[in-house]
Amino acid sequence: MYLSEVSTELESIVDASIKKHNKFLIAVLQDIQRHYNYLPEDAIKLVADKLEMPLRDIYGVASFYKAFSFNKKGKHIITACLGTACHVRGGPKIVDAITKELNIKPGETTKDMQFSLETAACLGCCAIGPIVVVDGVYFSNVKPTMVKKIIEQTKSGIEKTDIEKYKHIFPVKVSCPRCNHSLMNTEHLIDNYPCIHITVSFGRKHGWLRLSSLYGSYSIESEHEIPMDTELNCFCPHCHTELTSSFECPICGANMVPLMIRGGGTVHFCPRRGCKGHMLDV
Amino acid sequence: MKIKIDGISFDAPEYFTILDAARFLGLNIPTLCYHEGLSPGGNCRLCVVEIGKGDRTKLVTSCTYPVEEGLVVRTSSERVIKARKMTLELLIAQSPTSKVLQDLASKMGLKQVRFKPKWESCINCGLCVRMCEEQMKAKAIGFVNRGNKLEITTPFDMESEDCRKCGACMYICPVVTLRCHGAHPESVLCSGCYNSLQPTCTSNEDNYNCWMGLKNECGTCYNGESNENINENIK
Ligand code: SF4
Ligand code: SF4
Ligand code: FES
Ligand code: FES
Repeated sequence: MYLSEVSTELESIVDASIKKHNKFLIAVLQDIQRHYNYLPEDAIKLVADKLEMPLRDIYGVASFYKAFSFNKKGKHIITACLGTACHVRGGPKIVDAITKELNIKPGETTKDMQFSLETAACLGCCAIGPIVVVDGVYFSNVKPTMVKKIIEQTKSGIEKTDIEKYKHIFPVKVSCPRCNHSLMNTEHLIDNYPCIHITVSFGRKHGWLRLSSLYGSYSIESEHEIPMDTELNCFCPHCHTELTSSFECPICGANMVPLMIRGGGTVHFCPRRGCKGHMLDV
Repeated sequence: MKIKIDGISFDAPEYFTILDAARFLGLNIPTLCYHEGLSPGGNCRLCVVEIGKGDRTKLVTSCTYPVEEGLVVRTSSERVIKARKMTLELLIAQSPTSKVLQDLASKMGLKQVRFKPKWESCINCGLCVRMCEEQMKAKAIGFVNRGNKLEITTPFDMESEDCRKCGACMYICPVVTLRCHGAHPESVLCSGCYNSLQPTCTSNEDNYNCWMGLKNECGTCYNGESNENINENIK
């Protein structure tokens, strides 16, 4: 036993997480990191006790991955990409601009615990770099002059939505599985929530399609009238990749459209007009 | 498993590594992070050997490479020796005060270290970690961080509850226990125990780990396959 006294809060978090993730260490550490914004010493020791693993193994894993930290992180985490592509497109200048704006270097946290700055080596969307990610929201083609605005936007809360009110129908925030760009449109509300904006084509028509972001709602708006039973081809409005997957709709058998849920998981919906097939995969 | 190692055909048991086979035959392969009582680590890269034929050869760590049918191994080809020397240079630059490393340098005839010495007290060979885990069953120390920040320590850099205070980690460490004080900041190498015996005929014949120094005259490299060949070599 590494830990003799445990706070009940910590214990319940760790217990729930271990049960949920079937004792997978990294997933458990991710849950703790997400909850506290860092890995407290007690939490690591408790995980070692519960999983009956030597502490040094858990410490080794936790120190290996950049996603974990032993120091308290700020409320908002800003990640600037310094991978090769973003580097040549001016990534270091972006980092400098953030450093100037917030007075912190990469790896540091502001005194008021609001912001932490981190760098990454390629986030997998080089074509739209330089990339800055704030709290999981991707900003593309960032210029040093945009930094101030991004930080102000973060302070006032990116895409405020009060999810707590709805327990059964919940809004999802999705992004393109290919380029990671957000597909949320905050200007048009459907069901009182920001909608999902994609482009579709069918027959000879090509135009936008807006879907309700409430999981379980079928409200849509479309540029062109879509006849019932048409199977749509859906595209990301940012990278223009066709959104399709090998999953078949359990109702009609069409290839389903995948959307990445911010915070993890994928939602699939059926591209056939009128078909209600959809599934959630977290 | 029929293998050919430095020209010697050998029927090795399946569980042998190349290093086992070489040691069994009395061939000298320098090692640092290998220890009979521990699992092989493959961390120091000093035990590299060349496998394969013709220009399709590659360097592998002999302490971790299991023998396979028809394997052809050369334990002291020029490429191997060059690679070993470079590895050793890097290791010595990390910790010039290690007597084990200085001894290896003397044995291998290392004459220079072209890297800036760091005077660290660990070369990340992992012996202590394996010792603590496999022999002491304590698992108190381990690798922490990664890349150039990799180090060996206890969790949170604090005294570990798992540690039995047995001292085995220090006993086995090639850096902290035996210190060599001959290494000066200017030279980095000590060479106090210099030993001029090197595998000798590599410029002549790359295939055998030979220490005779007679450039074919001794007949060590005579393989019985073609008499002409050896006569040619002597000329
Ligand atoms: S002294 Fe402690 S850390 Fe070292 S081998 Fe023994 S138990 Fe492991
Ligand atoms: S402390 Fe010694 S035994 Fe352990 S990894 Fe470092 S050099 Fe090797
Ligand atoms: S280099 Fe920045 S996303 Fe690839
Ligand atoms: S002895 Fe084989 S890599 Fe160290």
